[in-house]
Amino acid sequence: MKRRTMLAGVAASAAASAVAPAARAQADKTKIVFWHAMTGANGEEINRIARDFNAAQAAVELEPVFKGSYPETLTAAIAAWRAGQAPHVVQVFEVGTGSMLAAGPAVKQVWQLIQETGAKIDPNAYLPAVRGYYSLADGRLASAPLNSSTPVMWYNKNAFETAGLDPEKPPQTWQEFVIAARVLKEKWASKGQDQVASTSAWLTWVQLETYSAIHNVPYATKADGFGGLDAELKLNGPAQVKHLQRLLDMAKEGTFKYAGRDGAPDPLFYTGQAAIGFGSSSGRADIVRNAKFKWAAAVLPYDPEVAQGPSELDTLIDSVDVDTLSLRETFAFLKKLKTADRRPGPVNSIIGGASLWTMTAPNRTPAEYKAVAGFLEFIGRPDQVALYHQHTGYVPVTQAGYELSKQQGYYEKTPGADVAIKSLTRGTVTENSKGLRLGRLPEIRNIIYEEVEKALQGQQGAQQALDSAVTRGNVVLRAFEKSVKS
Amino acid sequence: MERRTIFPGWKLPAALVLPQLALTVVFFLWPAGQAIWSSLTQADPFGIRTQFVGLDNFTDLFADPLYLDSIARSVFFSAAVAALSMGVALALAVAADREISFRGAYRVLLVWPYAIAPAMAAVLWILLLHPQIGLVGRWLNGIGVAWDYKLNGAQAMLVVILASAWKQISYNFIFFLAGLQSIPRGVIEAARMDGAKGFFRFRTVVLPLLMPTVFFLLVVNLVYASFDTFGTIQALTGGGPGKATETLVVKVYRDGVVNLDVGSSSAQSVVLMLGVIALTALQFRFLGRRSDSG
Repeated sequence: MKRRTMLAGVAASAAASAVAPAARAQADKTKIVFWHAMTGANGEEINRIARDFNAAQAAVELEPVFKGSYPETLTAAIAAWRAGQAPHVVQVFEVGTGSMLAAGPAVKQVWQLIQETGAKIDPNAYLPAVRGYYSLADGRLASAPLNSSTPVMWYNKNAFETAGLDPEKPPQTWQEFVIAARVLKEKWASKGQDQVASTSAWLTWVQLETYSAIHNVPYATKADGFGGLDAELKLNGPAQVKHLQRLLDMAKEGTFKYAGRDGAPDPLFYTGQAAIGFGSSSGRADIVRNAKFKWAAAVLPYDPEVAQGPSELDTLIDSVDVDTLSLRETFAFLKKLKTADRRPGPVNSIIGGASLWTMTAPNRTPAEYKAVAGFLEFIGRPDQVALYHQHTGYVPVTQAGYELSKQQGYYEKTPGADVAIKSLTRGTVTENSKGLRLGRLPEIRNIIYEEVEKALQGQQGAQQALDSAVTRGNVVLRAFEKSVKS
Repeated sequence: MERRTIFPGWKLPAALVLPQLALTVVFFLWPAGQAIWSSLTQADPFGIRTQFVGLDNFTDLFADPLYLDSIARSVFFSAAVAALSMGVALALAVAADREISFRGAYRVLLVWPYAIAPAMAAVLWILLLHPQIGLVGRWLNGIGVAWDYKLNGAQAMLVVILASAWKQISYNFIFFLAGLQSIPRGVIEAARMDGAKGFFRFRTVVLPLLMPTVFFLLVVNLVYASFDTFGTIQALTGGGPGKATETLVVKVYRDGVVNLDVGSSSAQSVVLMLGVIALTALQFRFLGRRSDSG
């Protein structure tokens, strides 16, 4: 008995001495935890980033943890913070930004992190449409952009050919789109079972939020919420009502199919059931993997009758530097002016996706914040931004990452991969195209889905649907305002 | 015969009761107390600013026509689920109570659905009824029925009722079968001798003797339909389209977990808690009275 105990003791101490050096090396490293909401190929990419980061330096050990869907991750982070156990970094979807900004002591915004740790993060390195979404009204960066996407129009080139449409010329305006959809229905969709001309994923994000931004019409007062918590929804304006009515009419005549909320309609496009599918640019990986036909992406169509952005004429005038023009150039310019479209045009689309927030906890040390700062610096490096962009279909969030991808010849190898960037950088960012800064936006999106679904069932028209969405949404906004102000 | 054990002193009985009490306090009284407290406050999601608002959350709730709709919807849903699952289970139990071959096998098969997790049950029903990928769904569209429960509220309600009721049939079946088997054969024989036949015999002799089981199951089914169907509904329709299948418990989740409005969500939980307490009290009263007289 005694001998056995002794033997066990020896074995234990031998084991202890064997693991000790490794354990000591582990203990020297600052450990930080990163909660994310990425699944499938995108989830593997997060693990790739963590591996590369851990290999690139010796001081910090980053542990990525998958916490479920975006809302689940946010809820888990909030619960963890309340228990004093918040992760160091958490990925929060873009519509959670308003709630995170109101989180006060629970988060350390990027500008604070820069102040405290001297991190080398330059807000101006990010694309304006990306930076705008995650910055305070005065331009200070609040969270670190990671995965940003934007709505694009995916279309099936084979279907276009069958229907006799030019596959290199996707519809540019909504008027053209309606006609193209009718042709597709008649000459392509009617020939197969369950085929439909068009569908849209993320209806609220694509067809209302981004639609409003592109047409430079307000979604909410106070500069879409950037100007204050007392913002009110304005998404029942004539432009949005006209567009929703258009979609309702198309659904009725069978040229548009509503196939559920959020990402649910995505498979309709890549299985070949829908000839045109609106969706996130980040759907690229899935389309590459599944689509058995020729496809391409295009920027979203716009409606010249309601657009409020600068016209072709305005853009032309803005682009010219009067001091350097020769007489010959001046005449050429005047000629162009003569034919330029004077109708208001579209501006940039807005982003979706998520950003990284630094969270606080009672026992967190400056070394840990420094480690987080190091990680955020790392993911903002041009090579990392370019790699992430090319692996996933999210846009490069920094200008440098975009330039690097160009240099590497990525866009020649994969034509159309820059459609999202072109869409995000079209025109100049206006008050209405900066993004949305509204509390409890996920809840408001659900309200809109509910009202639109009722309209699709024929219970109400577009005006009534958006009116009640605004009324109900404003109640949510007031409740949010009350809860963060008191 | 008196079968009561008298303990000397109070220490041993206290020690014996303590574990149960501790469980009740930790897993019921404490969280319930917290729910009641947060139903009286309004807080931001992070709980940084919490203020006591009295009964504001409750008055807001009952002033909200959408909440009242949700109550009506839940009552309809629970009644439909209870009626359907109990009706089918009773029919199956009566059938399985006969002298037929492979009786044992039938009984086992009928109990299986109870062992399926709610989310998996929902997936099975999706594979059947989905308008694009479901067997039945595609068939319905093929023969000209405009079947799309993702857009049609009435169809969505039908789907969640079917799926929820199906899961509960097994449970009801076990109790009905046991209830049927505990009816003395002599009573049935006597009825038969008196010339009572088929459905008449069932209605006048079997059913009254089965009433305690029926009542017990009614309460259990109502509680099941009100609370345990969250997983099924969430996986099938998520409460949509519109709010067509948003029952009270789905709304609690939506407001608390997705919308992070803890105050209102807690108030809704408290309302639900009162509902269960009422149902349970009713059950105790009724069953208690029966066993007194019996």
